[in-house]
Amino acid sequence: MSTHTLSVLVENSPGVLARVAGLFSRRAYNIDSLAVGPTENPDISRMTIVINVESHSLEQVIRQLDKLINVIHIAELKLDESVQAELLLVKISATTKNKFDVEAVLETYGASIVDEDAESLTVEATGDAAKISDLLNALERFGIRELAQSGLVAIERGSGSLADRTLSTQSIPTADSGQADYQN
Amino acid sequence: MSKKMSGAKSLVQSLESAGVDVMFGIPGGAILPAYDPIFDSSIRHILVRHEQGAGHAATGYAQVTGRVGVCIATSGPGATNLVTPLADAAMDSVPMVAITGQVPSAAIGTDAFQEADIRGITMPFTKHNYLITDPLEIPRAIAEAFYIASSGRPGPVLVDIAKDALQKETDFIWPKDLSLPGYHPQIEPENQAIKDAAALIAQSSKPVLYVGGGVIKANASKELMQLAELLGAPVVTTLMALGSFPDSHPQHFGMPGMHGTVGAVTALQKADLLITLGARFDDRVTGKLSTFAVNAKVIHADIDPAEIGKNRYADVPVVGDLKHTIAALIPALKAEFTKGRADLAPWLTAMNKLRATYPLGYDLPKDGSLSPQYVIERISAITGPEAIYVAGVGQHQMWAAQFVKYENPRTWLNSGGLGTMGYAVPAAMGAKVGAPDTIVWAIDGDGCFQMTNQELVTCALNNIPIKVAIINNESLGMVRQWQTLFYEGRYSNTSLESKRVPDFVKLADAMGCVGLTCDRMEDVDAVIKKANSINDQPVVVDFRVFRDAMVWPMVAAGTSNDDIKIAREIAPDWDSQEL
Repeated sequence: MSTHTLSVLVENSPGVLARVAGLFSRRAYNIDSLAVGPTENPDISRMTIVINVESHSLEQVIRQLDKLINVIHIAELKLDESVQAELLLVKISATTKNKFDVEAVLETYGASIVDEDAESLTVEATGDAAKISDLLNALERFGIRELAQSGLVAIERGSGSLADRTLSTQSIPTADSGQADYQN
Repeated sequence: MSKKMSGAKSLVQSLESAGVDVMFGIPGGAILPAYDPIFDSSIRHILVRHEQGAGHAATGYAQVTGRVGVCIATSGPGATNLVTPLADAAMDSVPMVAITGQVPSAAIGTDAFQEADIRGITMPFTKHNYLITDPLEIPRAIAEAFYIASSGRPGPVLVDIAKDALQKETDFIWPKDLSLPGYHPQIEPENQAIKDAAALIAQSSKPVLYVGGGVIKANASKELMQLAELLGAPVVTTLMALGSFPDSHPQHFGMPGMHGTVGAVTALQKADLLITLGARFDDRVTGKLSTFAVNAKVIHADIDPAEIGKNRYADVPVVGDLKHTIAALIPALKAEFTKGRADLAPWLTAMNKLRATYPLGYDLPKDGSLSPQYVIERISAITGPEAIYVAGVGQHQMWAAQFVKYENPRTWLNSGGLGTMGYAVPAAMGAKVGAPDTIVWAIDGDGCFQMTNQELVTCALNNIPIKVAIINNESLGMVRQWQTLFYEGRYSNTSLESKRVPDFVKLADAMGCVGLTCDRMEDVDAVIKKANSINDQPVVVDFRVFRDAMVWPMVAAGTSNDDIKIAREIAPDWDSQEL
């Protein structure tokens, strides 16, 4: 088994998340994480999907995804050719006594406190999976009360973009007595 | 051009613009607004008796004509009754558009009366689907649905329309062009792939053309014939491909797979190259995959890139429409042959000998009862290869695949992928609507027939005179065969007692059909001729056949094709064969 990050551009239309999630479920593909959000184009959303597959079936996953009409483009983002990040929000037990210790840890990881009261601190951090995991280990001794974590999002390094390369849409002529033209 | 009209009228006008000439359906509350303009439309609407019948009829129509089949139903149970035919059409790549009414948009999600999330339900087995709540979107959705259903690898598309979208006034604007940024089926194959394929074929000394239903979908039978005769290799046609290459051709080795001929199964097993054209390495063809054609390289040509490498690694993948692919392969292969080619003579000699040693056959029942294989063989011989044959699922389906002689594409319809019992009667109805001047025989089992025979009423009332041969062995015969072979003859719940109840002749009569019966070999020809002579009414013939006839050859599920049996516990005599 190996982990791959797919960046999937989809039409921003109702049901598209269900289509993608349903495909993974019915073909028994394992999703590690999935994150959906808008892109620079309001008609298009980006899904970042982390999957766990045998290497021979990665191609199958991509081809099956590509069959969904609402899926516009799929690219695998390799670790060394992309920037990858997850968002972590974690609530830890902290008092004025140990706040300095916590802050020292947070500084190391570029994390920050976004909410606090007498008994707890809420910390926000972003980074790749390894960094987030290290931070959580470091915070464990303070007592983790609750955590929320996003799926991974990723973007390729350099000036190129998936959208530039793939969104040349060709239009398909229809005829008035359309059906004959649709036959293959 | 834009015209003010109701969403319902816009829907009907869209269907007319898409070239629809017939649709099968049943009205109900949510779709009711559409039925008012349907009343005045040029489109022939055939009122069926069950929505499943509408769906399979659309499939039958599509399989025979190559056009998109259309069915229409209301929300909730009307829509869910279309689920089986949609799944069936998806598995067999049938171009179909299903229109369903949905509860009014304000009621969606409230568990309203007759509400079902049919878009959600059908996502796994439609090529695409829509939920329309804005009437302005109706023409574009219909235009896209027909384009998607019929292009690339064909498949079913469902358009679910909320009742208020049908009722509201809207502008009808038929789109001049479609923009589907995520859908670009590849028609032309890559040149390099064609060259690589031709080179591999020229080097092969044991090639086989492994032909699937894609050849029929692509209307590529002529091209296939040219390629086959240029190469001279054995041709095997899968269950979905019967008729794409004439059974009578000397290169035709028959159907491979679980109930395929020894010749076809062995040709695939012993080949050094599979030239795979529109086939998908289905488990019913490959048997145990790890033991399938272990010494063969694979050329896999298909319009659907996701089929390539799904079950079997392809040495040379070729993505494209098969008509274009085969047409490109022929000159490439001729060019390659000028440089030299492998000698096929030893391979052909061995395969021809094997085929001659193990032809398809059957024993007549020792108790003097009627042989089901004989009945089917005679229907074919008397009616001829210009007729259309439609089967249900089970033993009778396999016998119809084995013993009807097919010469032409689009003359054999069956539910290959999903294995839908009850397919035959409604699909035959749709086939007859698509080809009204052609004799259509449904070869059905007594189990299958009792699932969907109500559509004979539709046939009787709408001048759709199909013929139905019930191969009545009073059992769920294929299941019974497995119980005989794998469950020590413990016949749990497979006896239908259909020689006692129902009386199929009376049933046929009650449904406005001619009912005939036959249980003696000497009467078979006469009853078939009589059925063929009746063209103003549907005909049902109850052929009361031997209960324990079995389908042979057989590769048991999950076992290797090398373990094919030609009769119970009898394997071909491999030692006497030089392969």
